[in-house]
Amino acid sequence: MTRYIIRRLLQAIPLLFVISLVLFVLMQNMGDPVATMGGRSVTRSADRERLRRQLGLDKPIAVQYLYWLVGNDWTKIDLDGDGVAETPGQRQGVLRGDFGASLVNRGKPVLQVIWDRLPNTLLLMGASELVIIIGALLIGIYSALRQYSVIDHVVTAISFVGYSMPIFFIALLTMYIFSVNFKRWGLPYLPTVGMFDPGVGKTTGQVALHMILPVFSLSFIYFAGYSRYVRSTMLEVMSQDYIRTARSKGLPRPVIIYLHALKNASLPIVTVIGLDLPLLLAGAIVTERIFAWPGMGRLFLDHASRSDTPVVMGILMMISVAVVVFQIIVDVVYAWLDPRIRYS
Amino acid sequence: MGTLLEVTDLRTRFSTPEGVVHAVNGISYTLAEGETLAVVGESGCGKSVSMLSVLGLIPIPPGQIASGSARYRGMDLLKLSEPELETIRGREISMIFQEPMTSLNPVLTIGRQITESLRTHLGMDHGTANRRAAELLESVGIPDGGQRLRDYPHQFSGGMRQRVMIAIALACAPSILIADEPTTALDVTIQAQIVELVIQMRQQIGMAVIWITHDLGVVAGIADRVIVMYAGFIVEEADVESLYADPRHPYTVALLAALPRADRRRDHRLKSIPGAPPNLLVKPQGCPFARRCDFVIERCWSDNPALAPIAPGRKIACWIDVKTGAPR
Repeated sequence: MTRYIIRRLLQAIPLLFVISLVLFVLMQNMGDPVATMGGRSVTRSADRERLRRQLGLDKPIAVQYLYWLVGNDWTKIDLDGDGVAETPGQRQGVLRGDFGASLVNRGKPVLQVIWDRLPNTLLLMGASELVIIIGALLIGIYSALRQYSVIDHVVTAISFVGYSMPIFFIALLTMYIFSVNFKRWGLPYLPTVGMFDPGVGKTTGQVALHMILPVFSLSFIYFAGYSRYVRSTMLEVMSQDYIRTARSKGLPRPVIIYLHALKNASLPIVTVIGLDLPLLLAGAIVTERIFAWPGMGRLFLDHASRSDTPVVMGILMMISVAVVVFQIIVDVVYAWLDPRIRYS
Repeated sequence: MGTLLEVTDLRTRFSTPEGVVHAVNGISYTLAEGETLAVVGESGCGKSVSMLSVLGLIPIPPGQIASGSARYRGMDLLKLSEPELETIRGREISMIFQEPMTSLNPVLTIGRQITESLRTHLGMDHGTANRRAAELLESVGIPDGGQRLRDYPHQFSGGMRQRVMIAIALACAPSILIADEPTTALDVTIQAQIVELVIQMRQQIGMAVIWITHDLGVVAGIADRVIVMYAGFIVEEADVESLYADPRHPYTVALLAALPRADRRRDHRLKSIPGAPPNLLVKPQGCPFARRCDFVIERCWSDNPALAPIAPGRKIACWIDVKTGAPR
């Protein structure tokens, strides 16, 4: 097992290398970072040239990628534009953990920029994922055990509504009902934007209150797919011979459902969860935008729209690494759940 | 020997999109203590369903037990609630199944699957249950039982898995073992071993056995009494010697003619039964075997003969006497 994990990690290195190369080339088409840095007054073209030199944007793309990857502290760069490279480079490159500095945030390190937002996103997305998984398991199992019952049909209908609904719609709808109208009716109403009320401060209660609507919106949309998945795998498992054997042994129903059936049904469910977990880090772009949640999704959108290549690259690479790591974790969980799976 | 199980007028139906399948059509039989009863018939004639119905193991819906009773030790099994049935299943009445490859849970250890009956029904603690499970494995012929408790089903061969199934079924020393074609999926030498094992365990525990099979060869070696089923009806009931020596129902006659026998000439061709069992979606009109019967008379098409005694311990459901071909 340990050897398998090490081998998978080693295999991930060339993969991540290719991913970074492709992403870096794509970044070149995001637009000109300098164009959005000028502020209100029209900048002179000489200033722009200087800015490009300082940011290293005057170099060919291959050199830019090389500097991004391994840094440029081993060479000298030409900052004043006289054709002589005399200033020693400062960057260390991602291989040494330096993702460069944000272009938008004026030299703030990329890792710092990401780190400021990551906990907020993990809080929001972690809570949503937890609600989705627990809710989907409960509802999925329930409707599998009572297939074609009234509740099964109702849950199925609601799931399809959720599945077909764009998230911005459900987000705005919940705002309209639980904030706008509740306030109008004189009921206790929920906050719509931000993580906390600045007048009160960042307390646990405030953050929890502000999480309700975004978590509900996210859960409602993704819950549908998950619960249908749980339902269909449970239905399949419950018709297997070994479930009949378990029943013929006179085991109590909960043992049959939650041990004999669910352990078998969990394999495909774990796959889906494993594929979705890395995306938790990415945040929910639309939801965070609508609820003004200071998370990764909003960070990505803000910086991508201003061609902040270092930050966008940092976010994307972090997600790529997470995908690879979670795939390995899923494989390990597989082997733990299903004794027939052994890696050599 | 007292009567252990008495099934009366059991009817089981399944509602399917195509219509109602009449799987079991009012069968009655008894099982005495310590007796081995064989239930034979072609595939799809209601053998398994009639036994699964008694234990409440058919899926409801689409299944439905339309009528009948199954008296076991003063209780009607068909009227018990699910929790009450749970105390009977595995404790009083156990089952082993046809497919050893799929009947064991692939993701749980053998030890877990044996001990859970012991712990549920007999309230054993973990250590006691494990020791007992190891003994059980040894007693069904799996050497090194204590070690193998930690193994998973895929680490056993088909025959070994069926032995594990038997160990699970016998864990609580039940008074009835229902064996649903336990040798069908195994090759011939393993079949003989499994039959031998069940015979040996039956003597040890003193339980009654209901052996469901379509293999009349196996029946001769194990059963005291035989029930022949066709299209959800019992068509003949007899003790095993009489049945082989003197079959009285045309279907039994045909089944035995299709069986290879050592005392027959080598060039004797086995006789197959023409046609196929009737479609159970249609409510049977007349005798269900009429279409394939060599002895069919006018009355067979309109009236379905009831199972009636013709001699002590013998019952058949037929309008004619197969010896003379004349109506009885």
